[in-house]
Amino acid sequence: MSRKIRILIAKPGLDGHDRGAKYVARALKEAGYEVIYTGIRQSPQAIVQTAIQEDVDFVGLSLLSGAHNELFPEVVRLLRKQGANDVIVFGGGVIPEEDIPFLKKEGIEAVFTPGTPIKEVIEFIESNKERLRQ
Amino acid sequence: MTKRLIEGIIRGDVRSIARAISRIENDTQDKETLIDALYEHTGHALVVGITGPPGSGKSSLLDRIIERERKQGKKVAVLAIDPSSPFTGGAILGDRLRMQKHATDQGVFIRSMASRGHLGGVSGATADAVKVLDAAGFDLIMIETIGVGQTEIEVMNLADVVLLVLVPGLGDEIQALKAGVMEIGDIFVVNKSDKEEANRLKAEIEYVLHLKMSQEQSETNPIFMTSAIQNTGIDQLVQGMHDYVQKMEADGRLAQRRRKRLTLELRTIFTAKVEAHVHNFLDTDHKLDIWIDQILQKKSAPYQLVNRKVAQVLKELKS
Amino acid sequence: MTVKQFLQQAMQRWEESTLKKVLTRFPERKATFFTGSWLPVDRLYLPRPISEEEYLERIGFPGEYPYTRGVQPTMYRGRFWTMRQYAGFGTAEESNKRYKYLLEQGQTGLSIAFDLPTQIGYDSDDPHSIGEVGKVGVAIDSLRDMEILFDGIPLDKVSTSMTINAPAAVLLAFYIALAEKQGVPKDQLRGTIQNDILKEYIARGTYIFPPRPSLRLVTNVFEYCSQEVPKWNTISISGYHIREAGSTAVQEVAFTLADGIEYVQAAINAGLDVDRFAGRLSFFFNAHNDLLEEVAKFRAARRIWAKIMKEKFGAKKERSWMLRFHTQTGGSTLTAQQPDNNIVRVTIQTLAAVLGGTQSLHTNSRDEALGLPTEESVRIALRTQQIVAYESGVTNTVDPLAGSYYVEQLTDRIEDEVWKYLKKIESLGGMVAAIEKGYIQKEIQDSAYRYQKEVEEGERVVVGVNKFTIENEPPKEILRVDPQLRKIQSERLQKLRQERDNKKVEETLQALRMGARDEQVNLMPLILDAARAYATLGEICNVLREEFGEYQESVVL
Repeated sequence: MSRKIRILIAKPGLDGHDRGAKYVARALKEAGYEVIYTGIRQSPQAIVQTAIQEDVDFVGLSLLSGAHNELFPEVVRLLRKQGANDVIVFGGGVIPEEDIPFLKKEGIEAVFTPGTPIKEVIEFIESNKERLRQ
Repeated sequence: MTKRLIEGIIRGDVRSIARAISRIENDTQDKETLIDALYEHTGHALVVGITGPPGSGKSSLLDRIIERERKQGKKVAVLAIDPSSPFTGGAILGDRLRMQKHATDQGVFIRSMASRGHLGGVSGATADAVKVLDAAGFDLIMIETIGVGQTEIEVMNLADVVLLVLVPGLGDEIQALKAGVMEIGDIFVVNKSDKEEANRLKAEIEYVLHLKMSQEQSETNPIFMTSAIQNTGIDQLVQGMHDYVQKMEADGRLAQRRRKRLTLELRTIFTAKVEAHVHNFLDTDHKLDIWIDQILQKKSAPYQLVNRKVAQVLKELKS
Repeated sequence: MTVKQFLQQAMQRWEESTLKKVLTRFPERKATFFTGSWLPVDRLYLPRPISEEEYLERIGFPGEYPYTRGVQPTMYRGRFWTMRQYAGFGTAEESNKRYKYLLEQGQTGLSIAFDLPTQIGYDSDDPHSIGEVGKVGVAIDSLRDMEILFDGIPLDKVSTSMTINAPAAVLLAFYIALAEKQGVPKDQLRGTIQNDILKEYIARGTYIFPPRPSLRLVTNVFEYCSQEVPKWNTISISGYHIREAGSTAVQEVAFTLADGIEYVQAAINAGLDVDRFAGRLSFFFNAHNDLLEEVAKFRAARRIWAKIMKEKFGAKKERSWMLRFHTQTGGSTLTAQQPDNNIVRVTIQTLAAVLGGTQSLHTNSRDEALGLPTEESVRIALRTQQIVAYESGVTNTVDPLAGSYYVEQLTDRIEDEVWKYLKKIESLGGMVAAIEKGYIQKEIQDSAYRYQKEVEEGERVVVGVNKFTIENEPPKEILRVDPQLRKIQSERLQKLRQERDNKKVEETLQALRMGARDEQVNLMPLILDAARAYATLGEICNVLREEFGEYQESVVL
């Protein structure tokens, strides 16, 4: 079976700390997924266009500069606006616990804060496989 | 569903194009109907292959080429192909990172493809993806690969014209490249030409081409000096590429190449399908171990066994 | 029998008797032990006898070449390191308040944190700035914001460090223009701008222009300050961020010094005499967890740089040979889980920096992994430095760990490994070439990956994260930045644009544009003119963006 899970890892906004995003991308590749990595300094529009062109199943957003409450929901909003309702969005970085309920309400299904082992991210992806279209 | 997808593609809808390519990659059941339906809408795009060793700056060069072509009002699509890990099956597809400034340009479509160990090689999926993009109305379809393996060479055969990118100072790359990839390059690009050894590399390429030329009376393969970082030599390269293609159109080489490509494609599809049917009929997956045992026990010899099986198939066909 | 042979025999005897008896009953915790950077660590180190010449050549005296034991003869007996807490957030007014608070609490130098739009040369009302204004530092769009930032703080009384890189020349121009308004002569100004663009490409990501024009701006600043602002440290060549990106201690030193070599060479190529600017180069390192490795690292760095400046660049002045540095405790070592544990980590890292001989120090707050520090957290961080300085006794003598068999041998080992890297980088054509080839980034990424894998697998213990965890973490108080900030700053900008002489601004920007096209022109005076006319940071940087182009990240995994 050739069906592979495709995941976009992106850094929205101006934050240049990519150590975490790069680690996650590499670890997900080792877990057998196809990972598209956009690099830093991506606008929400660029992330969404990329997600659609690449027809990804998941979008993972990494941000450490505190702009998550503005930028993460914007990505979700643009995805829905373009009709990409089945893309599952998750996030990570320096995100206070108290912001997580708001982010979830805005459509970010999981937030992985500092210290989260990568296997939790993989579990999240695997547990959502059923929802993906064949 | 497929009908709506086809309509979307012809309209140039990004999501439809992307979905169609996914179906091709995933080898879904309706893939063949899709491709056949789109086929009459293809034939307009110029397919350009761009290849070269890692570190040659292909993606940065591509980024500049896209800039120029967009200024001319052309719609550009890019298929960036990277190898999958043979161990985990996963892949990191990062070529588009260097082209990301075009991410929000509606006239540019970039798709990253992993080799995935496809049956029939990644070239099958790439060929079909090219058709989708062609039908969607893109003027230029760029295929980018690393020019080192057999698969990469197959992919480059899908192109109308191939740009081979080399850089000075990488060592003995040109030795390795003589072994095959040099053969398929139409236009040679010396990137990072601001480096000292650039002229020496140019001379080396000219020498190798000279050897090649003495065997055929073909056209000269142009060599261009560029620097993607400094943004120099790009205009000449793009203009030169279009001039070269024009010449190919005029002297019939383009038509020849497209015919050859289709021949290759057809043979590949045929072989894959016939093979699949034969093995299905013979139930090879389950019977193979038994046959191997027979041969190991010297109850049968290899060709003997296969010929017997083929005879079975032929008998079935006649009836 | 030589001393060495004697010791070897004695060691053997010990291993076969006393040690063996215990090992058979109690094996050691691991088969092999390593420093945090994977250098092997022996069970026991013995004295390694050296000659008197070797002592003078390799260890020597503090304040003398090769400065292994420190750059000043009295070190902290004379004066403690500068306690310089990096701070800044939100508006210039709020930051001004925090600076005054810290100065009152005994901080001895200011360190300014700018927000990301400022660091990347965008005004607060630029679309790129959405969500980012005032979040990781203070938003400075023009000279006016600078005036508010330093309101009530006389520039001749403080030393100010500004963590700014790509647009460093512009922020320095704002600072100088402000000094003029306060009536403080330029030659009295003391401080530092980070101005280290090479590490941005490697590890930090706040670049704007490509390497070549960026290096030009760096050398313009060197030249200008050597004449006009002689007490100013024109660059803080940084290893901190390289370490934070996941490098080892060896890589931190090697890549930082390689960057240094590149800057010195660029300045020499631009026609500057090495002794005229080298004395104002400073460095910035990380203080990580493995205390003894860190101390060895700092000592090795001083020794290597002194040699490079003296032998490779032929510098004649002693001041040119000295590696003076600021340290920050390693942010990435701090955890979101059980944040009070971080106070302990920072204490260990403070000791590492102090025993390593740092000239100034920033200690991270316990809430580092959660957000910007609360007032209480930042006070504790400052107290950590003060307690080490006044109560621990380590400041009573110079270079107290010298002579430790382990530390001296580790210093030598780190030095050897660093030289290997420096040779490799040279063979690649220098640091800019190595960065373009992706060599540096790959080395760092590989280290980062290995480190993280060890944490994931539990091989590397992080207390509270993969061991000694607690189930329900109590809620933590964090600092919030007003999300209306962008709006406030945008209104301010609008007002500024109405009140200033826009014709003058246009003139100065045009002059800057013309100057940018001529590589021989020093851009500092032109930037200063624009700053005085209240041109905004974004306006100035956009002119340079158009002339120099923008850098495109190109390396992947």
